[in-house]
Amino acid sequence: MAQVKQFVSGNEAVAIGARLACPQVITAYPITPQTVAMERLSEMVGEGTLQAQFILVESEHSALSAAMGASAFGSRTFTATSSQGLLYMAECLHYASGGRFPIVMMNANRSVALPWSIYGDHRDSLSLLDSGWLQVYVEDAQEALDMILQAYAIAENEQVLTPVMVNLDGFTVTHTYEPIRVPSQAAVDAFLPSFAPAIKMDLAKPLNMGFSSTPADNMAFKYQQHQGAEAARCVIDQVDRSFGEHFGRPYGGLMEAYRCDDAELILITLGSVSGTARRVVDALREQGEKVGLVKIRFMRPFPREEIAAVARNARAVGILDRDISFGYEGAVYTNVNSALAGNGQVPPTLNFIAGLGGRDIRKEDIETMFLRLASAADGRPFQRVEFIHLGVMTDD
Amino acid sequence: MTEPVSKAAAKPVNARTLTEQEFFFGHKACAGCGGALAVRLALKVLGERTYAVLPAGCMSAVGFIYPQMAFGINAMISTFAGTASMLSGMAAAARAQGLNDVHLIGFAGDGGTADIGIQALSGAIDRNEKIIYVCYDNEAYMNTGTQKSGLTPFGAHTTTTPAGAMSRGAGNRKKNMFDIVTAHGITYAATTSIGHIQDFLNKIQRAAAVEGTAYIHVLAPCPTGWGIATDQTLAIAREAVDCGLWVLAEYEKGRYALTKTPQQFTPISDYLKKQGRFRHLLEKEVEEVERERDERWSYIRRHWNCL
Ligand SMILES: Cc1ncc(C[n+]2csc(CCOP(=O)(O)OP(=O)(O)O)c2C)c(N)n1
Ligand code: SF4
Repeated sequence: MAQVKQFVSGNEAVAIGARLACPQVITAYPITPQTVAMERLSEMVGEGTLQAQFILVESEHSALSAAMGASAFGSRTFTATSSQGLLYMAECLHYASGGRFPIVMMNANRSVALPWSIYGDHRDSLSLLDSGWLQVYVEDAQEALDMILQAYAIAENEQVLTPVMVNLDGFTVTHTYEPIRVPSQAAVDAFLPSFAPAIKMDLAKPLNMGFSSTPADNMAFKYQQHQGAEAARCVIDQVDRSFGEHFGRPYGGLMEAYRCDDAELILITLGSVSGTARRVVDALREQGEKVGLVKIRFMRPFPREEIAAVARNARAVGILDRDISFGYEGAVYTNVNSALAGNGQVPPTLNFIAGLGGRDIRKEDIETMFLRLASAADGRPFQRVEFIHLGVMTDD
Repeated sequence: MTEPVSKAAAKPVNARTLTEQEFFFGHKACAGCGGALAVRLALKVLGERTYAVLPAGCMSAVGFIYPQMAFGINAMISTFAGTASMLSGMAAAARAQGLNDVHLIGFAGDGGTADIGIQALSGAIDRNEKIIYVCYDNEAYMNTGTQKSGLTPFGAHTTTTPAGAMSRGAGNRKKNMFDIVTAHGITYAATTSIGHIQDFLNKIQRAAAVEGTAYIHVLAPCPTGWGIATDQTLAIAREAVDCGLWVLAEYEKGRYALTKTPQQFTPISDYLKKQGRFRHLLEKEVEEVERERDERWSYIRRHWNCL
């Protein structure tokens, strides 16, 4: 299949992916570091290379409200946000998932105020893990483009009907230029059929869509919503396989295990830091260390069985969180522990908090994490939650 | 199928021609609810090719209790702040799908309009979305039990502005939504009252025919919150106009017009005394209300250029 090479930033890759998915309605509100994605889309609409209604709304709350209105009307919709904007639309996130609107949204991961910061961590999206959206975290521009396309296929699947948030690390992915392969429109059309929802507002058969329900019914709706998100497990795999067949780039679905087959020490990551971690794993493997990496791709649905299976023989598992639930631990750590405990596995698990507010996570930091894991695996005492590379305020 | 909208809009709707078809029935509004009447009548004018959006508030609460849906047309509850933005998304989708003979209407309360929803409304007017936005004004947050909103009039007792030894009811002035909306240079705006049904029908019809955003602000008394008998809704709505506290007006292409010009005002104290929420007002407070009415009218006479 024809795929054209292009040198673009992550934001531009998202815009290209969105264009190829042919959304009919795009709603936009700017926020760094997502802005360029929306600028590119508005250019495409301006040039006529994308036939979509592009509406410039007055807030993120309105961006998602408008997307819901369009989706209820039966249109494929796209929007993008980041950080404060994501939090500002928090009410609408729950609304969209409860209303089962298959909206796809890019989120440029960025820290949240206070202190103000435009740089990246995962506290924005992870704090909304319970909003009912499927959440995928990509590593680079190519994965960003590809996941926009996959996201529509997943969200719109009748078993799923759940909105999808495609997360890109702010600046690290959104602003880094990389060569990517752009599939042709014809190839995308063959992979992703146009949006034809079974349930939408219809003049021939009018529908009351968003409504209230009494305690007697509410739980049934929430159960169905849960079933939708659970069904996504299978659908994500199917879509990824189909995507692989169409474009030659499967991603492994919910997560990717790297050199984990005989790994005794496993580090679990999310997002772009996985690239750095992969290099460290390679270097340590060359030194004969049995280390491996798990890159979680989907935080919802969470790769419960997959992680438990990969970590079956691990002597220690480290979880790198670019977020923290203050007074407790990182969200990824909580989720991994739950997956392991649910499977009766109790290796030492260590929570490394790193890269908050855009702080760099260096190779040395990841080496430190593996050192800590080795020590814990050998039975030495360890700190459950540790801030890595804290900087000037530490003793070391 | 009903006739295309353009033709329907050309035929004047009045008591005789109003359809018997119901698009809002089986709802659970209180007896005598002015808001419910406004929704019901507006939908009769617009017909079945209409999509409605209602934010949190009484009309969504009484209209969409699963599985008893009260709307015979496509309709949906929006977030409290999101009426105009959800309508905007629908308008965009309608354009994308080439549906240009449908009506998109929102029905929001005074709180949903003048307070939390004003940003989205402002944005939609700014984009000149082809939507009809109806504010049914019952002068308080009724669905949560009669708390003060930005449109609660001076002196009104609400649960958050109680009348007691140290407090005198709502202290501030009713926000002037009509002026706020017309200051945007909106395509069409009108104030009306559910006590003047023909005026309301005319304005909905007018709104349906314009190419762009239309805003209709309808005074819609709430017997429960106002402390009036359930059969007094229309009478009290009329009286608000007769005593000069509410104005029936239109705005289009930069021009203002009154659709009813009272020659002489009926006494404000009569209007206030009929309502439980004003029962505590002292004479000097009534005079204060009167003074403000006169100021408003003198503003209208000076600025609207229509008397
Ligand atoms: C974001 C948000 N804040 C508060 C509420 C609670 N709430 C529901 S309805 C309502 C009052 C609505 O008042 P108004 O818009 O005047 O309409 P009415 O109830 O009078 O019809 C409030 C405060 C809500 N649903 N959402
Ligand atoms: S409380 Fe008032 S506005 Fe609400 S349904 Fe009852 S009468 Fe109507």
